[in-house]
Amino acid sequence: MANKRIDQPTGTETVGHEWDGIEELNTPLPRWWLWTFYLCILFAIGYAIAYPSLPMPGGGSQGLLGWTSRGQLAKDTAAADATQKAVRDQIAATPIELLASNPDLMQKAIDGGKAAFKVNCSQCHGSGAAGSQTLGYPNLNDDDWLWGGDIKTIETTITHGIRYTADSQTRQSAMPPFDGAFQPGQMDAIAAHVLSLSGKAKDNPEGAKLFADNCVVCHGANGEGNRAVGAPKLRDAIWLYGGTAADVQRQVRGPRMGVMPAWGGRLDPVTIKMLAAYVHSLGGGEAFAPAPAAATTPPTAPANVSN
Amino acid sequence: MSVIDDSVFDSKFYASRKTVHNKRIDGPFRRFKWAVMAITLTIYYGTPWLRWDRGPYAPNQAVLIDLAHRRFYMFSIEIWPQEFYFVAGLLIMAGIGLFLITSAVGRAWCGYACPQTVWTDLFQHVDRFIDGDRNARIRLDAAPWTAGKIARRAFKWSIYLVIGFWTGGAWIMYFADAPTLVHDFWRGEAAMVAYVTVAVLTLTTVALGGFMREQVCIYMCPWPRIQTAMLDEKSLIVTYKDWRGEKRGSLKKAEKEPDKYGDCIDCMQCVAVCPTGIDIREGPQIGCITCALCIDACDKVMAEIGRPRGLIDYATLEDCRSEAAGKPPKPVWKTLLHPRTIAYFLIWSSIGMAMLFALGHRVRTTLTVAPDRNPPYMLMSDGSVRNAFTLRLRNMESRPRQMEIALEDLPGAKMWDESISRAQAAEKLTFTVPADQLLQVRAYVVAPANARTREFEFRITSLDAGRETGEAKAKFTAPESEEDND
Repeated sequence: MANKRIDQPTGTETVGHEWDGIEELNTPLPRWWLWTFYLCILFAIGYAIAYPSLPMPGGGSQGLLGWTSRGQLAKDTAAADATQKAVRDQIAATPIELLASNPDLMQKAIDGGKAAFKVNCSQCHGSGAAGSQTLGYPNLNDDDWLWGGDIKTIETTITHGIRYTADSQTRQSAMPPFDGAFQPGQMDAIAAHVLSLSGKAKDNPEGAKLFADNCVVCHGANGEGNRAVGAPKLRDAIWLYGGTAADVQRQVRGPRMGVMPAWGGRLDPVTIKMLAAYVHSLGGGEAFAPAPAAATTPPTAPANVSN
Repeated sequence: MSVIDDSVFDSKFYASRKTVHNKRIDGPFRRFKWAVMAITLTIYYGTPWLRWDRGPYAPNQAVLIDLAHRRFYMFSIEIWPQEFYFVAGLLIMAGIGLFLITSAVGRAWCGYACPQTVWTDLFQHVDRFIDGDRNARIRLDAAPWTAGKIARRAFKWSIYLVIGFWTGGAWIMYFADAPTLVHDFWRGEAAMVAYVTVAVLTLTTVALGGFMREQVCIYMCPWPRIQTAMLDEKSLIVTYKDWRGEKRGSLKKAEKEPDKYGDCIDCMQCVAVCPTGIDIREGPQIGCITCALCIDACDKVMAEIGRPRGLIDYATLEDCRSEAAGKPPKPVWKTLLHPRTIAYFLIWSSIGMAMLFALGHRVRTTLTVAPDRNPPYMLMSDGSVRNAFTLRLRNMESRPRQMEIALEDLPGAKMWDESISRAQAAEKLTFTVPADQLLQVRAYVVAPANARTREFEFRITSLDAGRETGEAKAKFTAPESEEDND
């Protein structure tokens, strides 16, 4: 510290070091500036003691406060659940067919259902609920429903699933395979008749006759379908497994039929209600009408012929 | 640099602060400072209490930053978040205004209007009121901590706290209805953020205004640094006219040898009154906030000893040079109106005019449209094609309004929303949009079976006297060809 001197142009003292003729001026900081620096160091030490911070062999330090990011998440989740409790209780107390009479509650149910859909349903039906034609997952946005499109029916479908054997109340039906039952020409005729129902092919009298003999029990005389057995409507523009003659023939020979698990045991009733509200809100939902008692009668042949 | 304070070199790398005990002074600049302080503090404390009638659907506080509802009210102007560029414009104007003021009259902001200056001034008056003027305060500072001194300090600091509390308390009034908030605040029912804000602002006010004071200007504030880049020899600064003052000498010496000494009698009054504790006679420096109290002090002394005023005065360095050379002074308007000032003024005023124009042409009815992308279109069982859109109808007036949405340029298409069924679908739908709100509507647009992908428009019309219209472009998506319908 030998060479302190006053720098003439500035009138400031130098710190006394010199590097190749370069000197440093000593412009003193205020003392409190130094204190804030020490305070920051103290804070950092306190922080390192209070919170998990130091890497150690066999796991980092825990911190005196016992804070963990997992615990924080659990706390936040519990807090979020607590804020939702009032709405969930209200939904639980409201019969699902009356949900629509409370638009605010309905909107909350739809929002909740949208979130639950992304977690539980989007794997098959897609995040936009548009399903998949190649895999036969139904599109939930349109106005075509295999088992019914009012909110109560949707709730039942979600709760008990479709062709899900573990649930005794599941929606059950099966179309028999007609592979080998017809001559090749007859198969063409049936497919042509099916397509003619929606105006996609010319009338085919032979096909019409075969259709009347084999298909009308479930699909109806004019292909209007039957929701009691989940028999698809054949006279509309929507085809679950494709709408070409080849698609139709393949489906007649060896029908593919979708399976959906029952969600009744996995999700709580409020979540299922919210899911039903969401699916119903996608644009194709139908108005609720108390079902006539006759509709519950289970169908008979030929649905059970082939099992 | 004739005066160098050697005491700096005693302490090594850290300077201990020398408390500024500035002396009371009276004069034209001090009175101007009083006036500015009264006006700025009145604006700060009073503005939230001004009322402004906006009808039943909007708050009646003249200036209100309503964070919860995302609205900014300023008298007849209401700003929505997406119009925040008006606030940004105001900030830009404030910035350029600062440049304008600086180029015209130097660091006037620092000297008179900066909150740090105003509050420091306020706290220094408290010091003066409790502990007496400069000499008494210096004595008290040096005195041992007796019970009397402790009591006096406790009293003074509690006044600091009260001022700090009122400062923080006034701040939160800008963010909620002031009378309601005062009521809730004292009953312990206000939001936690209100209490935290008041506590933080109380502490910062007391710390910055009560204790840090000039150190904020000298060490912390970036503005003095920017100033050093902005000032030149044409800038108005407070300056000591050394050619007139030097050589300094006491009045007695100067009377004996008038030719040897200048006008400065080295009475140190300019240093005593300085709120930042500097000696203006050392020349322009970062610590000078140009509050001009030293001008008041010096003029007073000059008047007493019968010499002309203005030994310390507002002047530009250029003027100083020409004055020293004996040339006549430049007229004041030439000092104020130089090209840079005019350029700043033009920029500043054109931004202001543009903002006024934009304010006058705001549309209070707008529509935005977001299409459903997943799925992009939906085939219905009758073969028709449906697209879903989320419409956002924005009513920026403080009253509920009827608005009509119509489909344009989409032949055969109809739409419906969740409140009606598809059977009631129409080409036009009417909605009642609540006052000052955004109504979100999910609309389904259905086009006949042969529809193709095409651009179209939603048109919004307000069904009131103004009949404001707006449109939003959208795209109707349909399957590529007939075969894809399968």
